[in-house]
Amino acid sequence: MPTDPPLGTPTDTYRDHPVRSYVLTGGRAHPTRNTLRPETLLCAVDDGRELPVAAGRHERALLETCRGTLSLAELAAYLRLPTSLVAVLASDLVDAGYLAIRSHAARDTPGLDLLEEVLDGLHRF
Amino acid sequence: MGSTGSEPGAVHLAPTVERSVKVLVVGAYGVGKTTLIGAVSEIPVLSTEETVTTASVGVDPRRGEKSTTTVAMDFGRVTVGGSTALYLFGTPGQKRFWDLWVGLADGAVGALVVVDTRRLEDGFEVLDQLEEHTHLPVAVVVNEFPGAPRHELEAVRTALDLPPGTPVVSGDLRGRRQAVEALKALVAHAVRRAGGSVAA
Repeated sequence: MPTDPPLGTPTDTYRDHPVRSYVLTGGRAHPTRNTLRPETLLCAVDDGRELPVAAGRHERALLETCRGTLSLAELAAYLRLPTSLVAVLASDLVDAGYLAIRSHAARDTPGLDLLEEVLDGLHRF
Repeated sequence: MGSTGSEPGAVHLAPTVERSVKVLVVGAYGVGKTTLIGAVSEIPVLSTEETVTTASVGVDPRRGEKSTTTVAMDFGRVTVGGSTALYLFGTPGQKRFWDLWVGLADGAVGALVVVDTRRLEDGFEVLDQLEEHTHLPVAVVVNEFPGAPRHELEAVRTALDLPPGTPVVSGDLRGRRQAVEALKALVAHAVRRAGGSVAA
């Protein structure tokens, strides 16, 4: 039974609303979401698996955009959606195995080795 | 770094990149945060928005009226050392703002505070907020706007009542070299705070 309105209906002009993310993810909130920061790197899993037919257009657009590595913030900017919403969509896709987290956010503050690498990299500009 | 088949304009990171870090570029509106980010970034400056619903100021709370505002954040990215992506997030510096972008201040290398000597009091407020709500290493960069009066950096340090050891640099932030110098001052400060040593 169709739940999505046909393309081009007024819902297509939707930009953002606090309730919307809840609808898109079927009302679920995942723990994965709490590990995603704006700078967390994500990349679509390229194993030939197709998204289920019921997947929404935002999920499809997200995976399409994320064929190479991008941060959560970049995804949100390209998709023109709030970062908080994209975090929910991305965590769902990570949990379902369609999207992979490429970087692990530093738990606390970046370690000395990472800071030194960044400084060294900046010196080479 | 192709973007075939993706949303137009998506510039992917090299496949070798597997770590990311961030720096907050903090300062009052119009002080040059986005200029600095744009001078360093390897991609065009991007913007992401969040919606805030707040009780309107000056509205009778008993009527329960709320207003919805959209707050945008500009950011950029630069790959350093081949395997690390450094993100620069521009923020006005209020706690309210960090709360909006979950995890924005967590795990940051530090905060680069951009100040305009014609409006030093704005910088004072920003530094206050940072000190109150974070433990991030802070460096101050004076944006030398064309035509603005030049100040001795020590005078800026005194005026802003900076803790000892806080780096203060200045430059025309439209230039990449000067923007990178400001970033280096912050990261070197973070290295020292983490117990490392930095060659002079």
